[in-house]
Amino acid sequence: MGQAIALAGVATLLGLLVWKVAFDNEEGAADKLAKGELVHAPAFSLDRLDRDGTLALASLRGKPLVVNFWASWCGPCKDEAPVLQQTYERYRAQGLVVLGVDVKDFREDARRFMRRYGITYPVVYDGKGSTIGRWGIQGYPETFFVDRSGKLVGERIAGAVDIERNREAFERGIALALGDQS
Amino acid sequence: MRRALALCALVAALVAGAATAAPSPSDLEAELVCPVCGTTLDQSDAPVAQRMKRYIRERLAAGASEAQIKAELVDQFGPGVLAEPPKSGFDLLAWLVPFAVLVAGAVGVALVAWAWSRRRGEGDAGPPATLDPELERRVDAELRRYES
Repeated sequence: MGQAIALAGVATLLGLLVWKVAFDNEEGAADKLAKGELVHAPAFSLDRLDRDGTLALASLRGKPLVVNFWASWCGPCKDEAPVLQQTYERYRAQGLVVLGVDVKDFREDARRFMRRYGITYPVVYDGKGSTIGRWGIQGYPETFFVDRSGKLVGERIAGAVDIERNREAFERGIALALGDQS
Repeated sequence: MRRALALCALVAALVAGAATAAPSPSDLEAELVCPVCGTTLDQSDAPVAQRMKRYIRERLAAGASEAQIKAELVDQFGPGVLAEPPKSGFDLLAWLVPFAVLVAGAVGVALVAWAWSRRRGEGDAGPPATLDPELERRVDAELRRYES
């Protein structure tokens, strides 16, 4: 009887270990994108910071997106904020939406940041960081491009956009999101 | 007697005072976790941790209680900012399960030990072992040879 209980205990622990190793290292969208896999932008529905209410990513299906993960305490996020606002203004007529996701931040700090940098594109609040794992966010800021069908296109940009290092990738991501294959 | 009573009253007042004293920023920083780096605030210099430390100081200066400040930070960053899980609701399991496992383990060990000791006791109280007839015959023959 005692041996059976001990064996059952060991088997349970082994099972938990196998489950942890096999299923608990869920790959984020960014990793799949880097491998060249076809990956849809992971869904979310979050409170808005630019106005009342919530915004679901699914509600933007059919529009090309630039999804930018940022926080007010992040230095490079300040550098790229004017670039993202200019991008929104420049491509808005073509249907492009820049969507900010404010992560692990104070709501008031984020709103102050938006006022300071004149951000008028939609911004949602993810204080708990619920999007981090599924999107595969590793640092701030990070930017993704989503085409009209909801697929991630181009490459994930880690760090501030439109600096020498990634200007080309940024322009290419926007072109792919808009559906311009050239 | 009066002196002893006065001393007791003084000690009681000091203890009560210590128990209701306002929390210090460092107390709270040790009980809250930086949401980006995962260490307690007092161990972190990450920008968000620095911002949270400033928030704690501002709220304490404004007269907010420890519980209020923790609730406000949980509202912003989720329950993951608490270094210890809350002792209520589902999170209470995090406190109870380890004790339950310990108790269950102790009960299990006691049961196994009891079962073993009982089995051994039963073995001692069993009927005396009888010799194999062939062996008994040989022993008798040897004894007779020895006696003669």
